[in-house]
Amino acid sequence: MKRFFRNKNFTCGFILSTLVVGVAAASLIWTPYDGNKMNARDRLQGPSWTHPLGTDQYGRDSLSRVMTGAMNSIIVGLVTVAIGLTIGVALGLASAYYGRFLDEAIMRFSDLLFGFPAVLTAILITSILGPSMVNAMLAIGIFYIPVFARLTRAVAGVVWEKEFIAAARVSGISEWSITWRHVVPNILSPLIIQGTIQFAVAILAEAGLSYLGLGTQPPHASWGRMLNEAQTFMSASPWLAIFPGLAIAWAVLGINLLGDGLRDTLDPRMVRIR
Amino acid sequence: MLRYLTQKLITLALLLFLVSITVFSVLFVLPGDPAQIILGVNATPESLATLRADLGLDKSFMGQYGDWVAHLLTGQSQPSIHYKMPVSELILSRLTVTGPMALLAMLFAVAISLPFGIYAARNQNRPGDVTVMFFTQLGLATPEFWFGILLILLFSVQLGWFSAGGFPGWRVDFWGSLRALLLPAFALGVIRASILTRLTRSSMLEVLGEDYVRTARAKGLTERTVVYVHALRNALIPVLTIMGLQLGQLLAGAIIIENVYFLPGLGRLVFSAIGQRDLPVVRDIVLFMAAAVMLVNFVVDLAYAFVDPRIKLK
Repeated sequence: MKRFFRNKNFTCGFILSTLVVGVAAASLIWTPYDGNKMNARDRLQGPSWTHPLGTDQYGRDSLSRVMTGAMNSIIVGLVTVAIGLTIGVALGLASAYYGRFLDEAIMRFSDLLFGFPAVLTAILITSILGPSMVNAMLAIGIFYIPVFARLTRAVAGVVWEKEFIAAARVSGISEWSITWRHVVPNILSPLIIQGTIQFAVAILAEAGLSYLGLGTQPPHASWGRMLNEAQTFMSASPWLAIFPGLAIAWAVLGINLLGDGLRDTLDPRMVRIR
Repeated sequence: MLRYLTQKLITLALLLFLVSITVFSVLFVLPGDPAQIILGVNATPESLATLRADLGLDKSFMGQYGDWVAHLLTGQSQPSIHYKMPVSELILSRLTVTGPMALLAMLFAVAISLPFGIYAARNQNRPGDVTVMFFTQLGLATPEFWFGILLILLFSVQLGWFSAGGFPGWRVDFWGSLRALLLPAFALGVIRASILTRLTRSSMLEVLGEDYVRTARAKGLTERTVVYVHALRNALIPVLTIMGLQLGQLLAGAIIIENVYFLPGLGRLVFSAIGQRDLPVVRDIVLFMAAAVMLVNFVVDLAYAFVDPRIKLK
């Protein structure tokens, strides 16, 4: 663990993301107010001691909503990366092992998916399935499948050629357990690094979809949705348009730094030119 | 060279064909009946049936797909259901907003990233470099639509220098139209500049460590010539690839920023068309955007050969 914290990026990223996770976890037990409770008397109030981040057009407490929004973003990151990892790694492993036809099919499929404009496709998918947080996660997660499939294929292909795999074969271990016990552990680091990057991308993507009204639906709080609603009241209540965006940037910055730190420490083969 | 070109073009055509089938199937299962949306909930079954026949919606999957492709191949796209004009005209008119915005955004991105990237590389690990890298991290973490909103807050709401959105139209007010594109293009450009700056820096660092740079220095060339003539030209190759990708994405993906600034561009057109179930518009634009992304990548591949004579097109 110590060697991670010797890396500045990792330490900064760790602190920033721990705060986000902490806030999200806290929101499950306690928020200053009920973030969904409307209160006509306290509409559009500026930041104050009673409402540190002000209130929105329905008199809902912004701090409470930003806090629950953190949970929302973390769920989106976890689920989308999980979708990409499980299906993508399985496809990538199969592609590296069987090669030829399956390999070609998977690679051409990912070419096709990358050929589509990502934002537009996500919008189409959410329109077909209906706008909701779950469908937004699906729309983002689908794009992660080829990302992880390609990565897994590339690194697993190298591992399969190694001598210790041949040694394992000779000692009579089944191909299946070679995959699990020798190949998978050796490709974990690039997967973890890519996973953190995609986690951050997912938060940005979900915020964008929710801003367009296709992600998390009201009254649930999501940072993107809050920014959309804030734009209408921007001239009178600028704070509404500032804090949810700060929260997004904070979370993404933390995870990106964490990913950079992980890459520096886990992947010593990378030449340190950055 | 010729063989390379034909090969690439055939792959392009095949990919576009696959994209067209995928788009069509996706839209085929899209819930919501265009006829119902046009006529409203009180429409009689008979009028619905006639309209469906008019729009060709009663035909089979293959029949409708055939109609579409036949229209495309003859060069006259099907009319939009909502706007009652050929989609190609619609796309062209909206491109006059999205196109200049994308180019302007790339201009901002290049103007910011090249100087800062080179500066950071030449001052590696010094305070200046660390500062530049810090700002690129911020840029990577900032959602571009939020940056767009912040720009509106500062320049429109507080300072009143720009309008908060909308587009007067090139013929009506040329300078006003250009002004309307400045903020959104800046928002798009700055966010893209953070990736390009990092890339320029790392690419520059790699090249500055090469033998031929040492040779150039040893031969007594000025630092200026070494950096800007010998190193930069080589360092730009990977940067160029990403620039191409970004330009393609900008043509296809400015949907959110166009919504922030209420710009009548391609992105807003397709966004509202999905809502209105204006299927001819949606599928033509998706195909157009996919083609644009692929074409830009293709041109970038070709541009390589000009920037770097060592690369032979095979």
